[in-house]
Amino acid sequence: MELILEVDSLAYSYGKGPVFEDVSFSMKSGEVMCVLGPNGVGKSTLIKCIAGIFKPAAGSVRIQGEDTQTMTSGSIAKKVGYVPQQNETVFPFDVIDFVVMGRTPHLSLFGSPEEEDIEIARKSLETVGVEHLSDRTLNSLSGGQRQMVLIARALAQEPALLLLDEPTAHLDFGNQVLVLETVQKLSASGMSIVMNTHMPDHAFLVGSNAVALTGGKLLACGPVPSVVNSQIMSSVYGIDVTVRDITDINRKVCVPCGSGKC
Amino acid sequence: MPDYRRCATITIYLLPILLLVASLFVGRYQMPASLVIADIVNTIISFIIGTASPMSTQHTVLFSVRLPRILAALLVGSSLSVAGVSFQGVFRNPLVSPYILGVGAGAGFGACVGILLWDSQLAIQLLSFACGLIAMFGAISMGKVSKGTGTLVFVLSGIIVGSIFTALISLAKYVADPYDDLPEIVFWLMGSLSSIRYNDLLWIIVPMLLGTLVLFLLRWRINILSLGDEEARSLGVNVDQIRLIIIVCATLVTSAAVSISGVIGWVGLVVPHIARMIVGPNYNRLLPMSMMIGASFMLLVDDLARTVTATEIPLGIITSLLGAPLFAYLLKRGRMGWN
Repeated sequence: MELILEVDSLAYSYGKGPVFEDVSFSMKSGEVMCVLGPNGVGKSTLIKCIAGIFKPAAGSVRIQGEDTQTMTSGSIAKKVGYVPQQNETVFPFDVIDFVVMGRTPHLSLFGSPEEEDIEIARKSLETVGVEHLSDRTLNSLSGGQRQMVLIARALAQEPALLLLDEPTAHLDFGNQVLVLETVQKLSASGMSIVMNTHMPDHAFLVGSNAVALTGGKLLACGPVPSVVNSQIMSSVYGIDVTVRDITDINRKVCVPCGSGKC
Repeated sequence: MPDYRRCATITIYLLPILLLVASLFVGRYQMPASLVIADIVNTIISFIIGTASPMSTQHTVLFSVRLPRILAALLVGSSLSVAGVSFQGVFRNPLVSPYILGVGAGAGFGACVGILLWDSQLAIQLLSFACGLIAMFGAISMGKVSKGTGTLVFVLSGIIVGSIFTALISLAKYVADPYDDLPEIVFWLMGSLSSIRYNDLLWIIVPMLLGTLVLFLLRWRINILSLGDEEARSLGVNVDQIRLIIIVCATLVTSAAVSISGVIGWVGLVVPHIARMIVGPNYNRLLPMSMMIGASFMLLVDDLARTVTATEIPLGIITSLLGAPLFAYLLKRGRMGWN
């Protein structure tokens, strides 16, 4: 398997002191990487550095072996699809128009989407199972539908790597699982995915690998069971956390256990 | 697109041409419709076969007085609307007008200087155009050197530049000769197309068409910019560069319009909203639709200005009297096309 993403001693700073530094990890094509860590540790910043939205202070990001520092934003956008945590679109675009915007990196400067771009956008909506929304307007969608449409827009970029910034934030229990199932489905079809999440348990549901950030440093990186364990999770979040096997559904869960009860 | 929307769209695209012809028939100089039609037909035929057009008072009124003014109204309306709709997308704010970067005040001050020092039509237009652009570059460079990022800085810089030029306009009014220059300044600032001739259009049409063409070509990118800086960047758009090009072009177009018409409010704000109600927020359809509605709206307003009363009514007064209630009505309908 080729390496899809190599992050090498990456650091980022907003001006006063680093947000994180010396973050290194890599992932192979087709993997799902879950990024875990407390609020403010720089998970979103890390994703934005990989997406080329932010310029890292030090270190490098390589996509399929190519250093993003030497790539134009257009060529990064052809390889990396970014799904923001929250979309604050002012104007209520039609869903199909909005998804077609994912075709922008493939268009010339003065170009507008053609019929084939609209076709690709329709396929992306189908892939995430919301093709019935294509004629609705963005502001008429629920939070879960909006998240699916955002993922569809990123898929319309036809990227090699998909970055999801807390795709389950603000969603109800059912919609969280729907989004995670979509992630699983995409991964099964060969897409490489980096996903931020606040729920370590989500790593068991979708992840093949996980990284844990805390205090501006990379604490652990590797296969999910080696990262999501009670010792590492307890130190990342500063509470007592336990990982148990639920034998009748045959999976591990990660839950907080209240102080002193582990 | 539903059928009624398609019908509305086609009608609006034809409207400027219909209104152009209709506007030739109205004005203070009374002449029977049959004469107007005959003269138009004669002129077109002589133009096609290449002979000299008929010389008569009617002909002069129609083609040397009314037609240049009609063309100016179409151009000014289209320009203010295309600038307004572009600014609204780039600044991600549907309440932004073409004068956001202080261009109106800048152009107004330029015109004041022209009136005070030379009092020639050309000087007024050139100075007004130049000062509009100076205001824009002032606002942009202030935005660039400041620490903040994004669109808010441009808006604030625009307010600063605008208030400086507003103060300078007040100064110009204060020192102006109250019997001669002052009324002219006041009248200019309220907007008028009454003295437009072909010569005035000749040089103004270049920056107008150039700016409009670039905005038209970049209309898909305006969609992307309206998503916000980070998302636009993640879609591979060079945000700072494209935004600057759009701001410069929209200002170019606005300055050109203001330099021949004076400061006309509301058009660049209300027209994009009407267009958004009809075709939705996608700039591929919204931008040309705004141009068409703006051109038609301005021409109607100018027709009113030159026919309703014996003396001309300044355009700014009519656009405000029409635009403000229209905006209130759109607000009440709650179908503004944005959240």
